[in-house]
This record gives sequence, structure tokens and C-alpha cells, in this order.
Amino acid sequence: MQNHMKPNATSAATGAMPLLRAVDVHKSYDRLEVLKGISMDVEQGEVLALIGASGSGKTTFLRCINLLEEFQQGEIDLDGEPIGYRMTGGRRRKIPEAALSAQRARIGMVFQSFNLFPHMTAEQNVMLGLTKVRGKPAAEARDIARHWLERVGLAERRGHYPFQLSGGQQQRVAIARAVAMEPRLVLFDEVTSALDPELVAEVLGVMQDLARSGMTMIVVSHEMLFVREVASRVVFMDGGHVVAQGPPQELFRDPESERLRSFLGRFHGVFS
Amino acid sequence: MAERTFWTELWNAKWALLNGIAITTELSAYVVVASTILGLLGGLVLVYGWRPAALLVRLYVDVMRGIPVLVLILFWYYGLALFKINIPAFWAGVIALAGFATAHMSEIVRGAIQSVPAGQSEAAKAIGLRFWQRLRYVILPQATRRVLPPWVNTAVEMVKATTLLSIIGVVELLLATQQTIARNYMVIQFYLAATLLYFVLNFAISRLGALLERRFAYMRY
Repeated sequence: MQNHMKPNATSAATGAMPLLRAVDVHKSYDRLEVLKGISMDVEQGEVLALIGASGSGKTTFLRCINLLEEFQQGEIDLDGEPIGYRMTGGRRRKIPEAALSAQRARIGMVFQSFNLFPHMTAEQNVMLGLTKVRGKPAAEARDIARHWLERVGLAERRGHYPFQLSGGQQQRVAIARAVAMEPRLVLFDEVTSALDPELVAEVLGVMQDLARSGMTMIVVSHEMLFVREVASRVVFMDGGHVVAQGPPQELFRDPESERLRSFLGRFHGVFS
Repeated sequence: MAERTFWTELWNAKWALLNGIAITTELSAYVVVASTILGLLGGLVLVYGWRPAALLVRLYVDVMRGIPVLVLILFWYYGLALFKINIPAFWAGVIALAGFATAHMSEIVRGAIQSVPAGQSEAAKAIGLRFWQRLRYVILPQATRRVLPPWVNTAVEMVKATTLLSIIGVVELLLATQQTIARNYMVIQFYLAATLLYFVLNFAISRLGALLERRFAYMRY
């Protein structure tokens, strides 16, 4: 994996386009502004961890990236292409549903509550996008699904329905479903928060494996040990702003921001 | 001369009654199929439709549910005749009942779709499925299971509501029974027989519903 000590500076110097670029993203629910100008770059192969207290806007920002949430101002580009909106005749408009779906297919997402399709087996869950979105023949889709289910350690469970699987197993199927689409990046939204403590490790293990293989990931997580271990860069959000960012070793060892210091102080033992 | 018993009279009336059963079944089938299809469309418009269209369906549902079925039947048969529009009694009945049932089915479908957790739709969006694909592969299969119990309920109610069409002269099972009784005066016996036949018909629908529910039982959360 590349080293991303100063990713913004690096991309500016080389002129290379980042995989994902967010510029001044604002989002409000009615009059409550939850994102107050988020800007960040994510480079290919990077594992970016978004941390912060609940209500800081990290999950909302993640959901803006594949337009599960609309945002009113700013721009998010994937490979230089603006996501969800286009300026036509000086007005900002949502792009048509077909174009939006095509963009979403390039971004994987794993949810806190798994959201597996309960009427499909593990294998069918993984196959659905491959056949209906990627247009692959069923036999090929099945091979890909089996490959990924094996990769997440569930080869034996491919014929099981979600209710027959533990939370950890369901979440690993959900990860397989997301990565089987060969997305440009995968978003992880507090994917271990709904799991029993003894099931967290198996999911984090799969994510670590993906990170090592060079998958670009944006991870919203409260698992600080995992973040310190796996993230190439950490972004700390508070009150709808990016307050601090940097490689985890630097950021955690010597937090300049008072807010970050008090946030990290809650994770006793991890940073002492 | 042989003795007149219930069984000999039943034998004498067999074609009239069988015809009544056929008409009742036919009416029910038209009403249930039409209201299921239209209710599906109505439910989709209520949930996803363009706002004015959704309001229109909403208005339709509320008006229909507020009017007695009998009034609807009389409207379609006698009401339209006032304007020189004559519909055969059978079809006036089908339109009246299907129109009424459509209101219920629309609400049933709306409720079922909305009870599918939002995360399902989000997960479907996240893998790049388009609206109709999300509906077809993710939302409707799950909504179907939730539709079944109230759907059976409405279907059974509609079978029973076909008896109201005897008032406008559709010779369905009830009127066929009454006509038989008018000939043989075996009031209790033949009303009981008709009751039993209605029960059998509705019980069959209930069992079918239960069978389908079991078929969807794997869909647990």
C-alpha cells in the first residue's frame, strides 16, 4: 500500500486526480445544517477512517457519497466525474436515475444493519447486482459470488438465507455483495456497531484483508484499534466540520485539536 | 309419486345451483383479479407516484371506502341507466365491486411496501439497481408476503359481497337459491346449503392464502 503522509499535497504536486474529491459539501435537514463544508481527497488504495462523536456528520457525509442523502451545495467527484448532480444552464440539477444508478454501481456500501435481502440466499444476494446491473450471465455471476463468499470465509453458507446466519456472517455476506461488484471504492458505515462483541473480530478481519489487497475504503468506525492498525489516514469530524486529519500514528499520538483530544479520551486504554 | 325430500329437491335444482356457483365464482374471480392488479398500481402511485396523481388516488380510496358497497352497485346499475347508459347487471356488479375492492387493495399494497425496511431499498440502490429493478427484485417480493393476510381478507369479503348483486338480478348463488326456495318452500335447508357452499369457497381461498404464506416463510428478519 502506498504511504499517504500528506495526500493532499501529493496529488496537488503531481497533478494526479484523486479517486474521490469532495469540495465544500453542505447538507441541511430543513434549517439544521449537518455538513458545513466538507472537503477531502481520497487516493486510490487509501483506507480513510472517519471518526467523531455521533451527530458529527460522518455517516451523513458517507451517505452523500453515493447519494443516499442529497446535499444542497458543493461537489463530490468520483474519478473526476461529479456524483449525483450536474450544472445545466447555470442550475444545479439531479442527474437522471439511470446515470445515478450507474454511478452507485461503482461505489460499494456496507451498512450498520447489514440490509441483506431476506428472500435470497447468501449467494443470490451477491449475484443480484452482478446479473442485473453488470449484466453477467448467471453462471459467471455464481462463480464470482462463490469466489467472494469463500474469500470472506462463508463458502459453506452460500445456500443459507440471512435469518439462518449470525450477525457476523450476515455482515460478511454484505461485504462480499459490495466488493463482488468490483467498485472503485467501498463505504463502510459503522459496520460492526450492531454486532455482538465476539463477532466483531471476524468482520474486521475481512476488512483488513480487503485493505491489504489495495481496496480503496472509507470507513466510519468507533473501533479505534482497527482504525489505528488499518487506516492510512484518519479524518476527525465534529459538528459538521473536518477538525483534524492525518495518519493515525501522528493524529492519535499528539492530537492538536482539543476536541479530538477529548474524543479520544473516551477510548480508555487504546491510546494510553 | 315419490316422496319430496331435501335430497330429491336438491337433485332437481342441481343445474340452477351449479349455475349460481359458477356465476358467483366468475364474479369473484373478475373482482379479485381486477382489484389486485388495479390495487397494485394504486398502491405504487400512493407510495412513489407523482404528487398530484398520488393525491388523486388518495381521494379515490377515501371516497370509495366511505360509500356502502350496495350504493355503488345501485349507482352502476340504476344510476347510469338514468343517463341512458345500460350496462348488463353482471358487469355493473363487477365494476362496482372491483372499484370498491381496488380502494382496499391500494391501501393494502401501500402499507406492505412501506413496511419493507428503508435499508432494503438503500442496499438495492447501493449495488446500482434502478427503480423498477429495486421494485421487482427487492421490494415487491418482500411486500408480497405482507400483502397476503389482508389480501385474503379482502378476497373473502368480496366473495361474500357478490350476494348483494342478487338485488340487481344477477342470478348468482344466493338468488339461485332463493329461486329454488320459491319453488319448493324448503327455506332453512336450502339457505343452509348455500351457506355451506359459500363457506367452502371462502375456506379454499383462506387455505390458498395460508399455503402462500408458508411458501414465503423463509423471509424472516
